[in-house]
Amino acid sequence: MSLTLEQVDRIARLARIELTPADADATRAKLDGIFGLIEQMQAVDTTGVAPMSHPQDVVQRLRADTVTEGDRREAFQAVAPEAEAGLYLVPRVIE
Amino acid sequence: MSNQTLTSLQQQLARRQISSRELITDTLARIEAQNPALNAFITVDRAGALAAADAADAALAAGTAGPLAGLPIAHKDLFCTEGVLTTCGSRMLASFTSPYDAHVVSQLKAAGAVSVGKTNMDEFAMGSTNENSHFGAVKNPWDVTRVPGGSSGGSAVAVAAGLVPAATGTDTGGSIRQPAALCGITGIKPTYGIVSRYGMIAYASSLDQGGPLARTAEDCALLLNHMAGFDRRDSTSLERAPEDYARHLDLPLAGLRIGLPREYFGDGLADDVRTAVETALAELRKLGASTVEISLPNTHLAIPAYYVIAPAEASSNLSRFDGVRYGHRAAGYKDLAEMYARSRAEGFGAEVKRRILVGTYVLSHGYYDAYYIKAQQLRRLIADDFRQALTQCDVIAGPVAPTAAWPLGQMADDPVQMYLADIYTLAVNLAGLPGLSTPAGFSREGLPVGLQLIGNYFDEARLLGVAHRLQQATDWHLRTPG
Repeated sequence: MSLTLEQVDRIARLARIELTPADADATRAKLDGIFGLIEQMQAVDTTGVAPMSHPQDVVQRLRADTVTEGDRREAFQAVAPEAEAGLYLVPRVIE
Repeated sequence: MSNQTLTSLQQQLARRQISSRELITDTLARIEAQNPALNAFITVDRAGALAAADAADAALAAGTAGPLAGLPIAHKDLFCTEGVLTTCGSRMLASFTSPYDAHVVSQLKAAGAVSVGKTNMDEFAMGSTNENSHFGAVKNPWDVTRVPGGSSGGSAVAVAAGLVPAATGTDTGGSIRQPAALCGITGIKPTYGIVSRYGMIAYASSLDQGGPLARTAEDCALLLNHMAGFDRRDSTSLERAPEDYARHLDLPLAGLRIGLPREYFGDGLADDVRTAVETALAELRKLGASTVEISLPNTHLAIPAYYVIAPAEASSNLSRFDGVRYGHRAAGYKDLAEMYARSRAEGFGAEVKRRILVGTYVLSHGYYDAYYIKAQQLRRLIADDFRQALTQCDVIAGPVAPTAAWPLGQMADDPVQMYLADIYTLAVNLAGLPGLSTPAGFSREGLPVGLQLIGNYFDEARLLGVAHRLQQATDWHLRTPG
């Protein structure tokens, strides 16, 4: 399999990672190598094999819909790049 | 006090032959002297460690001390530590001071252990050499021109160089066992689900598991006793009765059947690693164990399956780093989308970005079944291989890595070569089984080699017991670099 530069750009956009045109080509070459390795999977017939997502095949535990954590807003916002008056600041999204 | 075990230091503290302040002061001095050459630590918490040591001394005097009171340990820098820098080896978190403790951190703290700092690692635990750290490569103390393995390379080096008697690590595809092997120490990745992932910065959630690295199997058992246990804050934490992981340390090996997978001894295994592993197996036979050839026919599929599942889960987990709530934010941007994309481009290193891109692709519309579901089906085949094999033997043994430690830079620009070196460790994570690495002698060049022991689900105590008996009969684990 060989990715096109357009595909690499599209993946980077989906992943929200800025990729300069200079990086895109080198990235494409590396990804091609990795997908070459991954493609070995396709040679195996897995008809009827149940996908495995957890070794013990456990189901998610449920809990009561009650508050279990205290308010630590200040501690958590202290590590934010920009916060003010209890709000996270981001560039304007609504004109 | 260098190179003493946790168990020995624990006795000396209990008998008041040393104080925790003396022990921690000595530990900090050794780190200060040796860390510049090894780069094993990202953060040294001198003030916090000395304060904790004084508290431990007071508790020891008052008779209220916890079982690990006053003992120095270090945490891999992906365990969140309240009030202490937690970087995950990344520029993204280079100035992140965690507002809370990981479950493992709070458990060890409650038992009285003193954390002296945070160890270096491959960025977000993605790597097998510790060269993928924003804070620079870690050096192998046996030969500082060589890699220590990864991703828990800083923890392995801190123990191997005698800076601390034990450290925490995490293992998603071999990240405890492989650096333990390459540095000549002991490390165990427990069964998936017995150590809480709460506060462990996530890489691949269905594979990530925390565990200890130490000089001996006995010390690993001691530490695991305090790391394991049910935690409702981790939705995959298993609700099981507490157990003593040291309970089988003195169990004789007579009658033990050790399975040797033929796929682990084929082409690609370096001759000197093979010889060392076979010598260790001969020791186990002398102790009464028998060996039987087994087969894990889908071993070769572990690499492609892992390199789909882990990047897929990573791309989802790492989407939280958006430059809004924590972590790096780029200086200049024109709108929100550019702020995300630029912050992530600047904050993540090359290998992390590659894995996010691979993961994004395999999860994208139209590809999910062909990649992610296919990989999960292979995962089932790999787990079934082990299930079948473990009906013919009690534990499985083989090499940890195909070679001893390789020169820094050798694979740094070739991700595929690097991925192939994970061949003997990945399947254990995919199956969710416990795996351990114990020293098994040395390569032609005098570098440590590890023996891997793989057990059935929840068989950690037995693995630690086999390793302990081997360590009682050999001195490989006692050899130190330099």
